[in-house]
Amino acid sequence: MSRSLPSVARIAAAGLATMVACSGPRVVTTPPPVPAPAVTPSPATRIDLTKPPTLGPPPSLRPPQISTRELPNGLRIVVLEQHELPLVDVMLQVRSGGETDPAGKVGMADLVAAMLTEGTANRTALQIADQAAFLGIQLNASSSWERSTIALHAPTAQLDSALALFSDVALRPAFPAADLERVRKVRLTALQQLRDRAPAIADRAFASAVFGDHPYGRPLAGTEGSVASITREDVQRFYTTYYRPNNATLLVVGDVRPDDVERRARELFGAWARGTVPMAPNAAQPGPKGTRVVIVDKPGAEQTSFRLGGIGAPRTTSDYFPLQVMNTILGGSYTSRLNANLRETKGYTYGASSGFGLRRSAGPFIASAEIVTAKTDSALIEFLKELRAIRDTVPADELAKAKRYLQLGLPSSLETTQGIAQEFLPLIAYGIPLDFHASAVQRYGAVTQADVQRVARQYIDPDRLTIVLVGDRKVIEPGIRALNPGEIVTRDIRDVLGAPPTP
Amino acid sequence: MSGSAAHAQSVPKLQFEKLTLPNGLQVILHEDHSTPIVVANTWYHVGSGDEKPGRTGFAHLFEHLMFLGSQNVPQGQFDQWLEAVGADNNGTTSVDRTAYYEQLPSNALPLALWLDADRMGNLLPVMTQAKLDLQRDVVKNERRQRYDNVPYGRANETIWAALFPATHPYHWPPIGSMADLTAASLEDVKEFFRTYYAPNNATLVIAGDFDRDSAVTWVTRYFGGIPRNPQAPVRPTVPAFSIPRDTFLVQEDKVTLPRLYQTWHSVKLFHRDDAVLDVLADVLAGDKNSRLYKRLVFDMQVAQDVNAYQSSGRMDGYFQIIVTPKPGQTPTRMSELVGEEIGKIARDGVTARELARSLNSRRASFLDQLASVLNKADRLAAYAYNAGTPDYVQEDFARYERVTAADVQRVAASYLGRPKVVLTVVPEGKRQLMVSGGGK
Repeated sequence: MSRSLPSVARIAAAGLATMVACSGPRVVTTPPPVPAPAVTPSPATRIDLTKPPTLGPPPSLRPPQISTRELPNGLRIVVLEQHELPLVDVMLQVRSGGETDPAGKVGMADLVAAMLTEGTANRTALQIADQAAFLGIQLNASSSWERSTIALHAPTAQLDSALALFSDVALRPAFPAADLERVRKVRLTALQQLRDRAPAIADRAFASAVFGDHPYGRPLAGTEGSVASITREDVQRFYTTYYRPNNATLLVVGDVRPDDVERRARELFGAWARGTVPMAPNAAQPGPKGTRVVIVDKPGAEQTSFRLGGIGAPRTTSDYFPLQVMNTILGGSYTSRLNANLRETKGYTYGASSGFGLRRSAGPFIASAEIVTAKTDSALIEFLKELRAIRDTVPADELAKAKRYLQLGLPSSLETTQGIAQEFLPLIAYGIPLDFHASAVQRYGAVTQADVQRVARQYIDPDRLTIVLVGDRKVIEPGIRALNPGEIVTRDIRDVLGAPPTP
Repeated sequence: MSGSAAHAQSVPKLQFEKLTLPNGLQVILHEDHSTPIVVANTWYHVGSGDEKPGRTGFAHLFEHLMFLGSQNVPQGQFDQWLEAVGADNNGTTSVDRTAYYEQLPSNALPLALWLDADRMGNLLPVMTQAKLDLQRDVVKNERRQRYDNVPYGRANETIWAALFPATHPYHWPPIGSMADLTAASLEDVKEFFRTYYAPNNATLVIAGDFDRDSAVTWVTRYFGGIPRNPQAPVRPTVPAFSIPRDTFLVQEDKVTLPRLYQTWHSVKLFHRDDAVLDVLADVLAGDKNSRLYKRLVFDMQVAQDVNAYQSSGRMDGYFQIIVTPKPGQTPTRMSELVGEEIGKIARDGVTARELARSLNSRRASFLDQLASVLNKADRLAAYAYNAGTPDYVQEDFARYERVTAADVQRVAASYLGRPKVVLTVVPEGKRQLMVSGGGK
């Protein structure tokens, strides 16, 4: 098919959907209690078309078969079978990422991952790309806070050739100096271009304001200064230290058999040498302060980028299920309070949402929206109102809807091989049992009004918020000051991203 | 390496059943029981190309109103009821069509069909000025968030206006102008609904885990009583046109780097050269070894990024090349380099390896499109509307298998040899960076 002409959507693809996506799996494995089925009325039954139909019981999910193995060198292998199409996803996930970046070398894990496909002992960057396109496969490497992942998506007919390329990239990266400089320059320019985008500036300013010197206060992609300072030796050392079989899991999803995967893994990764992998640091996180508003000036901006929140919870929190339910009510779904208020009632925005960045340590809680400049102060009032109101008892029907949405909502997250892989990679990264989905419905079902209120009060403190507003300062500042929400500081973009490049 | 391995898999057929209700509603059914989810996808055969002068953006604004309740669905309940059964939904508007989908656990299909039927049949009795005013504000914010407040976000609007004549249905983008959004009235809403939102102007695809007979029963029950529109809507006429000479435009924006957009009038979807132009785009900028990426980004390192694509709709199409020069480099230099690379293809053609990379990557993409029922529903609706039959995925791919090196050389010489629209987006106050005729 050709690329379609551009279309516009009711809901931004990158808005609500991605905020929800960071908050973890939403899967059904056993049917929750629902009214008895009334699917096909007898012909004699009078059908009332003015009432929504009564539904039968929801389906139970058939989660993929999980098979786990381990090679003698410590490489864990997880195979999830899905035989619908002749496709396979192969992910080598290393349990180290940006949180281990040394101060001053921020962006290293991200750069190391990016360099894996830029040349090996056997292939140049162009040869790798040529072979991937010729085979019709996708081969990428990326990094996040606590993991780095090499991802292969391939038709099974190409699996032999694809795995040879995949393992070459994973085990024999050469980090050629010329390619490192080329990639570095692309990244430095991309960092300069961040200045153009208010949402990106807001994300940076918010992380920095909330987490300060903690690793989560730094950008994963680095800064212009740090990216410039990373040497080839740094890259080599990072790779050699962390890319070790005893620090990695090979996740294979798709039209494959576990025994076959294990045989191939032994051939390709059996000789990979163990290493001593340092633990990721557990840096102290800053304590709560009073509400602080950071206004970043973006002259002429048509909208103000809102980021409000603070420090949330780690992925392994025992509050995982109540947090998901609470956030679904607050800003994690289309009918959530933030979107219903700021978009569907007031019309101030194309969409408002909230989410928890659940990481190894407590990540951020963020409520966000892009608000028309003239309504910046009005929108702040509504945001603060909702962040207070969620601390009250939520009505039973609102709770029930959120729980059903989470319970029933995404068997679709386990529909495709890529979807399944994205569900399981975080479980592996955070050491969560792989049968997580088996009990998820029941655990969502157990969440009470009291649980929601407790986590709302524990994790959202409207008197200790970090509020970042990136917009046209001269227009928005007076209205914000009039609201007196707390300490107000003003910044220029250069305070957030550094001085602009000299032309 | 031989090409045979990569050719081992072909694109599978997409099975379906097609029905037409007495009121003209086309219904396409595709069963896939591998995951217990089901998708209902309704395409109305109306897009921004059908809009009247002074009402650009209206098809999309109207789309937003379709979610605000209908005769038997109180305002706000459309989404509430769907979320309560674990469903997601959305709508999109293009130049050609307006599409609405629900993705649900398989037990909830009748709810989606009932909701979709109620808004197809009974939207107007509960339509109000307040609903229109509210969604007008939302859509204006959508425009700000996705176009006006985005670097380079207004480029294509400017290009379309210069490329397509004022009477052409693609002269403006689906988001529309702020002034026209302001002007839209409740009377416009009513007239638009009566003209376009009729069962005989729509296609409903149901894909996924459902029972065929039950689905047919529900569709008949909920949609069967909606009257057809006896008057077929008047379709826009597409003026034939060619651009007599290169048009050079400049647009200041809040950007760090300038960006060069070169756009040629090309051909519509499924024209015999449509797939050839797709392959040309791959050869120019599809991957690291593509002509423009390798020379400008990889070897010379004078560009930050390059893009090329053939964008085609039911009525027309264009071919576009986009280059962002690195700091210190000029758009004019980019224009010269792009011209050289097009010239090389037009003169010397392309290699078998370049064709194979494009074809094999596209084959894999076709396979990926069949992995989710949401995508399959979208493909079936698109083929039914644009190709005249849902049974088109294999033929769609076969178009690419037929592309020869000579074809690619020919379209590079012909289409990209014609006059073009050249837009340089420049940082504010840097109009001197504009590419103009003197710059070649």
